[in-house]
Amino acid sequence: MRLTPDELILWRQGFLKLNGTILFTWVLMLALAAGSFFLTRHLSTGLKRSRWQNLLEIIVTGMDKQIQDVGLNEPKKYLGFIGTLFIFVASSSLCTVIPGFETPTSSLSTTVALALCVFVAVPFFGIAEQGVVNYLKSYMKPTFFMLPFNIISELSRTLALSIRLFGNMMSGAMIVGILVTITPFIFPIFMTALGLLTGMVQAYIFSILAAVYIAAATRVRQPKPAPAVKS
Amino acid sequence: MDSMTIIAVASIGVAGITTSFGTMGPALAEGRAVATALTSLAQQPDASATITRTLFVGLAMIESTAIYCFVVSMILIFANPFWNHVIAQTAAK
Repeated sequence: MRLTPDELILWRQGFLKLNGTILFTWVLMLALAAGSFFLTRHLSTGLKRSRWQNLLEIIVTGMDKQIQDVGLNEPKKYLGFIGTLFIFVASSSLCTVIPGFETPTSSLSTTVALALCVFVAVPFFGIAEQGVVNYLKSYMKPTFFMLPFNIISELSRTLALSIRLFGNMMSGAMIVGILVTITPFIFPIFMTALGLLTGMVQAYIFSILAAVYIAAATRVRQPKPAPAVKS
Repeated sequence: MDSMTIIAVASIGVAGITTSFGTMGPALAEGRAVATALTSLAQQPDASATITRTLFVGLAMIESTAIYCFVVSMILIFANPFWNHVIAQTAAK
């Protein structure tokens, strides 16, 4: 039984090798990029719209609203990053219904890469919003002694993001694999359906957590109003 | 028992214990979280969107501890570094 698509090696030359993770990631990326390119060629602003445009509008406005609910007041700025994370993770778990496709997010390399994107994006958006000095100062809130803890939390949440996604996706595939060997035909179908639901929930959680972290980094702290003087 | 058998027995036993004990705490915690969320949903149906979102995020946080235990037990069974070390040693002999 394969634990991850990393172990599926398709081509090898010297130390270069093409494993299943790279292949499936690129197939998915090409499909998503080509899909969004061709779907946005014929956008209409009138009342009559194609069904694909409706689908895209539902996805985009839904993500817009979710990002706004987290506390980012200008969702359009962050939609590109957070929305891409969501669509990639969601479609990679949805595509497991295609026979032969193994979700690239059940490989630790993919999830670590996604988590590192969040790790880089949080200071990036934070500095863009409140400047270098103010952003670095936010590590020393509330006191100077919290500096190491803030840095540790930054690292540990990146680890947690990657391991969470990897563990959920890998365990889904694993449980189906085990069930196929002991009770074939019926039960694996239910677990596959459950795996699809888990995949959507994990995609939602991954993107919402990224949004929460960005919201925490971009929040500009207003200075406290001076306490009212008692007369 | 040679060292290979000891490693195999220890890995399999500890993998089982890790998953069983590691899921116990998160299961209780998730039950409490869902029960509290349902109570507050019944009291304030208007705030359902916020409650559901925070519930999902919180459940994911709680669940990740169980997932860590699962990953550790999977490593113990399928990608055990000590096991590989012993195999490499016996192959070198």
